[in-house]
Amino acid sequence: MNTPTETAQTEGAVVAGTRGSGDNVLLSVQDLRVWFELRRFGFGHAGYVHAVDGVNFDLHYSETIAIVGESGCGKSSLMKTILALHRPTKGDILFEGQSLNALRGREMQKYRSQVGYVQQDPYGALAPFMSIQRILEEPQIINGIKNKAERDDRLRRVMEEVKMSPVDDFLPKFPHMLSGGQQQRVVIARAMLLEPKLIVADEPVSMLDASVRVEILKLLRSLQEAHDLAVIYITHDLSTVRYFSERVFVMYAGKIVENSPINALIRNPCHPYTDALLAATSDPDANNATRFRDVPPGEPPSLVKPPSGCRFHPRCARKIEGLCEVEEPPYFEPESKHFVACWLYR
Amino acid sequence: MSEMPLLHVEDLKLYFRTGKGTVRAVDGVNFDLESNHAVVIVGESGCGKTSMAKAILRLLPRNVDTYSGHIYLNGVDTMAYNEEEYRRQIRWRKMSMVPQAAMNALNPVLKVGDQVAEPSIIHSAMRKEEALEQASKMFQHVGVPQDFLHRYAFELSGGMRQRVAIAMALVTWPDLIVLDEPTSALDVLTQANIFNVLKELKGELGLSFILITHDIATSSELADSVAVMYAGQIVETGDAHRFFAEPLHPYSRKLMDSVPRLRGTQEPDFIVGQPPSLINPPTGCRFAARCPQCFSRCAEEPPTVAEDGRTVKCWLHVK
Repeated sequence: MNTPTETAQTEGAVVAGTRGSGDNVLLSVQDLRVWFELRRFGFGHAGYVHAVDGVNFDLHYSETIAIVGESGCGKSSLMKTILALHRPTKGDILFEGQSLNALRGREMQKYRSQVGYVQQDPYGALAPFMSIQRILEEPQIINGIKNKAERDDRLRRVMEEVKMSPVDDFLPKFPHMLSGGQQQRVVIARAMLLEPKLIVADEPVSMLDASVRVEILKLLRSLQEAHDLAVIYITHDLSTVRYFSERVFVMYAGKIVENSPINALIRNPCHPYTDALLAATSDPDANNATRFRDVPPGEPPSLVKPPSGCRFHPRCARKIEGLCEVEEPPYFEPESKHFVACWLYR
Repeated sequence: MSEMPLLHVEDLKLYFRTGKGTVRAVDGVNFDLESNHAVVIVGESGCGKTSMAKAILRLLPRNVDTYSGHIYLNGVDTMAYNEEEYRRQIRWRKMSMVPQAAMNALNPVLKVGDQVAEPSIIHSAMRKEEALEQASKMFQHVGVPQDFLHRYAFELSGGMRQRVAIAMALVTWPDLIVLDEPTSALDVLTQANIFNVLKELKGELGLSFILITHDIATSSELADSVAVMYAGQIVETGDAHRFFAEPLHPYSRKLMDSVPRLRGTQEPDFIVGQPPSLINPPTGCRFAARCPQCFSRCAEEPPTVAEDGRTVKCWLHVK
C-alpha cells in the first residue's frame, strides 16, 4: 500500500538527511513499524496497537542521539526493537549494513553483545540473588569468555571505569546493599562489559535522586567519549538532553515529529508539540509559582486507532482546518538540519 | 511570636527501631507554614522527608522508638491528642496527604468514585449519596470528567489517577495537604498539568500545601517558601524568591547547582559522596564530610542562624 502521504513521508525522511550519509552509519532504522496485535477472547483479531509507525533515522559511529517523548508514544517499543527484543512488523533495522531481520542464533547473540542496554530502574534490572561479581561475570560466560582470569580482569576494568572503586569492596555485595546511583553504575558496567559499539539508555536517570542524576549523565558522557560509543538516550526530560546529545528526535504517537540539533531545538522549537514540551519544563525560579503553564488539552491518542492526518491535531492550538486532520504532514526543513513534520512550515 | 501560623512544627523527632540500631529519621525539625502558603521540603532520598510527612500526620509504623516534639495546628498542639481524638479531629479533617506514587495507591477493585467518597463517609459521617456528590464536586476541582466516577483505577491514565488521589485528599475540605513526591513518576506535560491544578486549588480554595520532593526545578512551581532537609535535619529555610536566587547553605547551593537547566549555559555539578547513615549520624555538622567549605568549627554542631526571615544551620553564617 503506497498512498501519496506515505510516499511523501518516506521521501521526507530521505530529504531529512537521515540517510545516505556515506559509510559511517552504524545503525539505520528504515520505515520501521512495530504493531502489536490485539485479540478478542484470546484469538479473534481486534486491531493493532501502532506503537511505532514509520520511523526513519540513521545513527553514525560515536554519535549520541536522544529520543524524547511522553510515556506511551512508542519510544520504548522502538528501543526494544533496536535491541531485537521485538520483531519489526514492517521495515528494517540495519546494523553495520546487516538486517536484524535476517539474524539467527549465533549471529543474533553476536549482535546483542555489541549493543549495551542501560535500563530505567537499576534495582529491577539487577538480579537480587546474584552478587555484583556474578552479575558482571554472567554475560561473559554466555558470550564464551572461558578464561576465568580474563573475565576477572575485564570486570575489574569496567568497575574502575564506572568509578566503583575499591573494586574488591563492591564485588561480593548484593544489589540491595548499594545506593541507587551505585546500582545504576553496575548496570552501566554490565552494559560496557562486552565492549559494545552502541549503548541504548532507557531513561537511565529518571529513577535516581536529583543530586545523582548529573553524576550518572557525566559518567555516561565520559564513557561515550573514551570509547567512541554511539548512544541512544531515551527520555521524557528535555533538560537533561542538552548535556548529553547532539541530535534530538521528538516522538509523538509512534512517529518522529521533529528532528534537530539540540541547540536549534531549544532556540527555535518548530512543532507545536515540541513547543509544549519545552514550555512545560521548568527551571528553578520562584516566579514559576505565580504563573500557569500552557499545556495542550487532552491526552496522547490511543494508538489502536490513531487520529487521521497529523496525530497531534486534536490537541493542537495552531491547527489548520481542512488540512491537518486530513493529510499527514511530510517533513519540512525550516532551517538547515532541522526537520519537522508539521503543515505550518509548508 | 504574637500570632500562630497555620502550622508550627517544633523540635519534631521521629526515631525508628531497627535491627542495626535506632534510625534518627527526623531529628529535631522546626518550621512554620502560613495559611494559604506552600512550603517545599527538598532533600535527597533517605534524608527523612517522607518520615517527616508521616510524623506530621501521625501515620506511624510499629517500630517507632521516639516520637516527640510539638505540632501546632491553628495554635493547638496536636501532639496532646490521643489516637482516637487525632483520627476524629485532625487526620483528613484538618490535614490530609497524597502519598508517594499515589497513582499506584488506588484500590484496583473499587470504583474511583467510591474511593474518593470514602473519607467523607468515615470522617464526616456523610451518607453515601451525599459523599458521592461531594466526590463529583472534587472531580470538577481537579479536572477529572464526571463519568470517571464509575471507572476503575486501571481505566485511568497516570495523570488522571494522580488527580483522583488529590481529589481523595481534598474531599473532606482540609486546610492543609501534604503532597509526597506528587509528580515524580509522571511525564513533563502531565506534571505541568498537575501543578496547574494545585495552583488553582491554592487560589480558589485557599489551601496550604507541604510539598515534599527531591526535584528543585519542579518544586519552584508551587513554592512560597522552601525548607532544605539533610540527614534528618532542616538546614535552611527561607522564602522562595530569595532561596532560588541565592541559597545560603553549602548543601542547598550544591543541590541547586546539580539541577540540569533547559535555559542557560551553566554546566551542572554533582555532590560527591553520599548522605550519612541516620543510625549513627556524625557529630557536628552532618554535611561536613561532603562540604567544599568545611573548616575546623564544623566539628561542632552548628547553631541555626536567623537572618532577616531566613534561617540557616551553618557555621559560615555565624557572625
